[in-house]
Amino acid sequence: MSVVEEAVLWLNDPLTWTRSGGIIDLGIEHLVMTAIAVALAAAFAIPLGAWLGHTGRGAGAMVALGNATRAMPTLGIILLLAAGGLFGNTATVIAAAIFAVPVLLTNSYEGVRGADPAARDAGRGMGMSGTRVLVQVELPLATGLIAAGLRTTIVQVVATIPLAALAGGGGLGQIIAFGMGTQRYGQVLAGGIVVAALALVLDALLAVAQRLVTPAPLRVNPRQRRRRVPAAP
Amino acid sequence: MAANPWFSWTYVVQNAETLWEHTVQHAALTVQAVAVAAAIAVPLGILVSRVRRLSGVVIGTAAVLYTVPSLALFAILAPLLGIGRTPVFIGLVIYALLVILRNTVAGIDGVDPAVLDAARGLGYGPVRVLVHVALPNALPSVVAGLRLATVSTVALVTVGVVVGYGGLGQLMFQGFRNNFYRAEIMTATLACVLLALVLDIALWAGGRALTPWRERSHA
Repeated sequence: MSVVEEAVLWLNDPLTWTRSGGIIDLGIEHLVMTAIAVALAAAFAIPLGAWLGHTGRGAGAMVALGNATRAMPTLGIILLLAAGGLFGNTATVIAAAIFAVPVLLTNSYEGVRGADPAARDAGRGMGMSGTRVLVQVELPLATGLIAAGLRTTIVQVVATIPLAALAGGGGLGQIIAFGMGTQRYGQVLAGGIVVAALALVLDALLAVAQRLVTPAPLRVNPRQRRRRVPAAP
Repeated sequence: MAANPWFSWTYVVQNAETLWEHTVQHAALTVQAVAVAAAIAVPLGILVSRVRRLSGVVIGTAAVLYTVPSLALFAILAPLLGIGRTPVFIGLVIYALLVILRNTVAGIDGVDPAVLDAARGLGYGPVRVLVHVALPNALPSVVAGLRLATVSTVALVTVGVVVGYGGLGQLMFQGFRNNFYRAEIMTATLACVLLALVLDIALWAGGRALTPWRERSHA
């Protein structure tokens, strides 16, 4: 039996999905871990990024942080946390949260920083305090970019959580790690397909959600978007 | 229980040869993957920036591939291509592709139209405009894409350990299985970050040397 047939067979067995510890259980665990990691990172990074963007400080540090964290191997961090006595899901959530901070930080910084200065001045002219300008003028103008950052982050975290399985953590990566360990490559392939499908479906759903939360005048229509492909910094 | 320090110079000295071997393996895999990705992505980016109808399809496909988690991609490629270097290599090329492609297209699109008009006004044909004007002007953006791709690839190589080929990732995992040998995991992680830094600086310097007309204040 070929690996592909094996994978198809495994995916077609209802029991692989519904049994306890099956795909559905692991998938829910995966999403819960993602949600906690992103929430942790967002609670820290969005207010900080927005505040730094409001005051205009820390641009250099932001770029340096962004570059340094990209080089950080998440696997190394998960294994280091495990070696420090922090195992499984907790370690993974922390590693994923660390991994999620830079994108959220940069996007909320850029979003607030890039708010139309005329709107900011108008707010000040109406007698708003600095905090009110930030909350009522700059943040609404930054929602598009912050939403984009959240979307990228969520998909990246979903894609990172599978690494947890290598250090004994839960989530859909377990299917892959287990298949590797027992040399059932059909199951490895099936696990890969399930994880990839989850990331792709979530990305598509979030694309719709992102469009809904972006204020209408700030939306980029598809034709314009095609011409302006954003470059990474 | 034996002492298990986070940092151990003794470990580094005693295992210098192994460390070096894995670092070289890691670096070679990174450089080759980025080079192959660049050889595909830069011409593709030029093509896409010329033929608009292609851009949606090409960039869309690359973006979808980028969304696929690394562990999943290696897991899908390994049963089909076998365990070892090949699945890791192909996976890395796929990830690097999108970053370089996006920056190439953005770089060419971002060239000042007045500059292109001036070149045409001087009687340059389309090929000369592309080679002598558009590409040099797009170079900083392409180099930025290469740097980003390189740094992310260094981090990604470690994940290749699941299919038996992960450069420094092998040491991390070995240390983990070997009763959580902290010094080994820590050394491999730091070596990874250091390697990324070295390659990043090399690319930055290369980019600077190739664009002498750019102002020097920006890194």
